[in-house]
Amino acid sequence: MTTIKRAKGFWLSISLSLIFFAIIQVLIGGGSLNPFYQNTLMFIGINIILAASLHLIIGITGQFSIGHAGFLAVGAYASAVMTMKLNMPFTLALVVGGLAAALAGLIIGIPSLRLKGDYLAIATLGFGEIVRIMLLNIDYVGGASGMQVSHLTTWPWVFASVLITIIVIRNFTSSTHGRACISIREDETAADSMGINTTYYKVVAFAIGAFFAGIAGALYAHNFYIIQPSNFGFLKSFDILILVVLGGLGSLSGAVLAAILLTVITTFLQDYPETRMIIYSLVLIIMMIYRPQGLMGTKEITSMFKRKGGSSHENKNTAA
Amino acid sequence: MELIQQLINGVSLGSIYALIALGYTMVYGIVKLINFAHGDVFMVGSFVGFYSITVLDLSFVPALLISMTVCALFGVLIERIAYKPLRNATRIAALITAIGVSLLIEYGFIYVRGAQPEAYPNDVLPTDKFDIFGVSINSQSVLIFGVAVVLMIILQIIVHKTKIGKAMRAVSFDADAAKLMGINVNNTISATFAIGSALAGAAGVIFGIYYIKIEPLMGVLPGLKAFVAAVLGGIGIIPGAMVGGLLLGVIEALVSAAGYSLWRDAVAFVVLILILIFMPQGLFGKNKKEKV
Repeated sequence: MTTIKRAKGFWLSISLSLIFFAIIQVLIGGGSLNPFYQNTLMFIGINIILAASLHLIIGITGQFSIGHAGFLAVGAYASAVMTMKLNMPFTLALVVGGLAAALAGLIIGIPSLRLKGDYLAIATLGFGEIVRIMLLNIDYVGGASGMQVSHLTTWPWVFASVLITIIVIRNFTSSTHGRACISIREDETAADSMGINTTYYKVVAFAIGAFFAGIAGALYAHNFYIIQPSNFGFLKSFDILILVVLGGLGSLSGAVLAAILLTVITTFLQDYPETRMIIYSLVLIIMMIYRPQGLMGTKEITSMFKRKGGSSHENKNTAA
Repeated sequence: MELIQQLINGVSLGSIYALIALGYTMVYGIVKLINFAHGDVFMVGSFVGFYSITVLDLSFVPALLISMTVCALFGVLIERIAYKPLRNATRIAALITAIGVSLLIEYGFIYVRGAQPEAYPNDVLPTDKFDIFGVSINSQSVLIFGVAVVLMIILQIIVHKTKIGKAMRAVSFDADAAKLMGINVNNTISATFAIGSALAGAAGVIFGIYYIKIEPLMGVLPGLKAFVAAVLGGIGIIPGAMVGGLLLGVIEALVSAAGYSLWRDAVAFVVLILILIFMPQGLFGKNKKEKV
């Protein structure tokens, strides 16, 4: 019975989000949504993907990674090389961007996931920096001056990517594998002694998270006309981290809400980058002192509707 | 000869890393927190030194002392406001707070004074060059190394010969037992932050004199690299931080000398990842068993 109810909620939220998509599409087509709002919408979508992918790594699996901009960079550059240098279609570039980032996730994940807590954080931060410095030194992708990328990211692409990301991560979380990841977050030693292959699940979570970060990177690159290694420094990693922390470590809907909220705030504070960073850092500190579990804790927004909606995606419609 | 020249550069740079790394390692040893804001204390120290030299017209030693004092107070302030409420919070919460404090200092500083860089005057220390066996040595790098060594010796004396040093060692060994023995844990932690931050302030002044250019975001990279140095030597171990810092400086100088100067910044992180994988306890650390 519950499965039918849950499936109902799932399809309900999918259809609601499709309606939302159609409305926006009509608005864009009719020209009543000016480029500024369109751009904000794209950013919200990209940030939702980033937040959801980091949520899987930090919130679900409990692996504190602060090198997410590294995966974003790998995805962005890999996809840009596909479209600009090899003249491949955008669809392929998106997938390649994701796969390249997932590969990077595996390469960094397999050795460094033997580390814990602070050490893992620093190692991932180091990884992000290594990626940035490598890109800086590869002339093929333009070095410090960056790479020209044509504008290919459109609203349907962003929407489809967001939808797929959220469905995959939500379903992963409620599957056997997701439960295993949550048990690692709660107590790694206990999970280990219950026969869960902790290293395997950590690497899987890392690779999936990196894959979606790569997709976000591909969308990001093709939204901007130019990508430079300096776009992917550790400040970018912190930008993504704050989305997850603010939303609540372990809450997908929280991460999505925070992504929407902070992207809007960022857009308004675009001309005052220092003020933005001061606000961000104060939010981080005050949040950790007074409400370390984040806005939503580990709750999902759907649990407030007494199982009415099965997917956290629903809130995207109401909030956006 | 070129190689020896580079080694000397490496030791100068390494002594700056070592001074910053000492603060990281002491704080980590006592509260198990990676104080991300430490690199920014280093930046503040550098600016305090700059203003003492240019505006107050002081010479090197008073500027160094003023910078160390201001940084010590600043470090205690950070600890009391941001870290103390989180003494019993999760590690991740403390780490996120530390990142927040770091960003707040950087951008608060930019907000107040602007992002433009400053240049240290180049007559703070004598810059004679003298030749030993065909290697030309800048007197500055000798003085810098000397100052660093003196500070490290003072630190060793404080940690091993004074009462507060004894308290610091006791708290880092077992905070609860130390409390039962009548040690004021909070004051000891503050003292640790004060000493570590003072060393970072000194490193800031030395950095300014050696590299001339300073700017509000200058602390980020040296801060991270100093952390690498602390991990390299074995985090929580004071002699380890010194050796790790010097070693990292020399490695970077050698990489530059080999013609890969653009890759210099990446090397530190490669070293970090390698050391974490193969020798997570560091060069001087003891292997810890996991207990349930």
